[in-house]
Amino acid sequence: MPAVQELEDAYERYVLGNEDGFVDEFRRRLRDFGGRPTPLQRADRLSERLGCEVYLKREDLVHGGAHKLNNALGQVLLAKYMGKERIVAETGAGQHGTATAMAAAHLDMPCEVYMGTRDIQRQRPNVFRMRLNGSEVNPVSAGRGTLKEAINETMRDWATNVEDTHYVIGSVVGPHPFPEMVRTFQSVISEEAREQVREKAGRLPDSVVACAGGGSNTMGAFHEFVGDDEVSLFAVEAGGSSLAVDEEIGVAPNSASLSTGTEGVLHGARTKLLQDSDGNVVESHSVSSGLDYAGVGPELAHLVDTARVTPVNVDDDAALSAFHLLSQEEGIIPALESAHAVAFARANPEQLGELTVINVSGRGDKDLESVIEETEKRELENAPSMDVFGRAAGDGGGI
Amino acid sequence: MSLEDAFDEPAFVPYLCVGDPSVERTREYVEALVRGGADVLELGLPFSEPIAEGPTIQGSVVRALEAGVTPEVYLDFVSSLDVDVPIVCMTYYNLLYQYGDSDGPEAFVARAAEVGISGFVIPDLPAEEAGPLRDACDEHGLDLVFIVAPTTEGERLERMVELSSGYLYVQARMGVTGAKADVSDQTGESLAKVSQYDIPKAVGFGVSSGDQARRIVEAGADGVIVGSALVDIVAEHGDADGDDVPERLEAMARELSEGVAAGAENMAKPEGQ
Ligand SMILES: Cc1ncc(COP(=O)(O)O)c(C=O)c1O
Repeated sequence: MPAVQELEDAYERYVLGNEDGFVDEFRRRLRDFGGRPTPLQRADRLSERLGCEVYLKREDLVHGGAHKLNNALGQVLLAKYMGKERIVAETGAGQHGTATAMAAAHLDMPCEVYMGTRDIQRQRPNVFRMRLNGSEVNPVSAGRGTLKEAINETMRDWATNVEDTHYVIGSVVGPHPFPEMVRTFQSVISEEAREQVREKAGRLPDSVVACAGGGSNTMGAFHEFVGDDEVSLFAVEAGGSSLAVDEEIGVAPNSASLSTGTEGVLHGARTKLLQDSDGNVVESHSVSSGLDYAGVGPELAHLVDTARVTPVNVDDDAALSAFHLLSQEEGIIPALESAHAVAFARANPEQLGELTVINVSGRGDKDLESVIEETEKRELENAPSMDVFGRAAGDGGGI
Repeated sequence: MSLEDAFDEPAFVPYLCVGDPSVERTREYVEALVRGGADVLELGLPFSEPIAEGPTIQGSVVRALEAGVTPEVYLDFVSSLDVDVPIVCMTYYNLLYQYGDSDGPEAFVARAAEVGISGFVIPDLPAEEAGPLRDACDEHGLDLVFIVAPTTEGERLERMVELSSGYLYVQARMGVTGAKADVSDQTGESLAKVSQYDIPKAVGFGVSSGDQARRIVEAGADGVIVGSALVDIVAEHGDADGDDVPERLEAMARELSEGVAAGAENMAKPEGQ
């Protein structure tokens, strides 16, 4: 793939070398358009409940409602500097697609987003947002219609149109230099958080907790702390409904590739994968579409292998329950992805130390339809009655 | 016969995915292609993430996986084939990487050599990462074929050619596999770019008629690779219980191999005079 060579060259010149003032422009746009820096907020009631100091890094307050904009803005801007004329992207939760559509509109680039049909159903608000911002949304029905298939399809488009097109990949996955580049764009999270926690608490945290789908939010939240050996780093994966893999039908009812995956090669990277014993990649599952990916970034997999990052997971029920908890106790409706991080902290306060930073990677507006539906299926002791919305599953329900 | 020898005369190289719609039907299809004039066979081993394939071959791969084709099934099938043309295994790296208990492709290559496979095409293996597979192929006497895209040039092209053996797969157009009505203008340019290298050049991606095959050979190719146009026939008419696909494939193969031969003749004339 020579396109990756062209990209590597551009990444080195503009992003690492600040050629033509790329980095200055990126930072300015992150501030003025993106709303950075985001606050690091002390969560008073959560702190009381968990018996330690809990700080929330509020990536839900980034424009568009998730950390995804940091990367999307960086890459669309880079595409501009490279002289590309068209953007393609894939999306799972729709959050990356939304961020890319926003960045593309902001920088006046035509944009097409590939999205699995199942994810389109789960994330209708984001589909509308992409279209409102002027992007095309192309449904992908292969496989189970989730992120992995959308990535395959976007790679095909990119391979066909590399000359004028840039592929804004949504996480720290894919062929080099994507994983490193996306991590660099997302590192603004830990850069800010590290400074903010020193300012507010006078010291570094004992732990940082972040949810991992592909791992961009995790890598962004961890990167500046990797050298601080005294800070524990927890990558929270989606345990889904079970950690087992059903080889027979090629499905993992989870997307815990760090916890349960094995080494393999997918989308141009060697990393940890959910796969069967032959090496075919299996379909993953999570109640939260943004975590629903069978692989994970290679650098994150490496940090787990070298024991710098601890992989943990929580199941769908715990994530939903934490979704309601954070909403009620802190007035923050988190993305279902981010709720996984909160759920881990809630269930394992003893592992957090005295001071922890939880990365709230995004806000939950996009998830309301799924949360209504999924909450109704379960008995969650802290969930409000959803009757007020009507029956979500029936016509006229939902939002 | 070695892979390289198969290209002494311009060669027709058909592709089919093993197991679409069943392993036993594939056997009949492959035999029909050989009757129709195949000089080399590219046989796909299905992988769950076929990112280099367009919709036609992607569909074929999905049907083959559903039919239960695993690496072991594939190797047994190749082992049981009775055809006397070289067979190239086309698949993706993770299947080779996971095979056996070893970390690396060597176990698969060893088995492939045993069952009579002559070489590999692995579209998702970048030249930078090809060392272990190249070494294993050397050890077991197999060829490794790289795909040269229209945009591949400079040092990268040199490295790819250096790593390639058997033949070079010259991609006729950007993008993914899929039959097209016309031969891309890029073909001539792409062939010119690699003409100085002493290795057979086979052109693929989008070829769907005898006339195209003829023109590609006239443009200087040593071989023509045809996948989607054949898989289309299987997709449309294939049936696990019996069908007329062998007849259709044989006819299409004949048209394509005659196209290749006509191209070779036209090339030979000016030289002979
Ligand atoms: C809010 C939010 N958090 C986390 C993720 C997980 O992705 P990653 O691990 O790449 O950050 C997503 C993905 O869409 C998301 O939307």
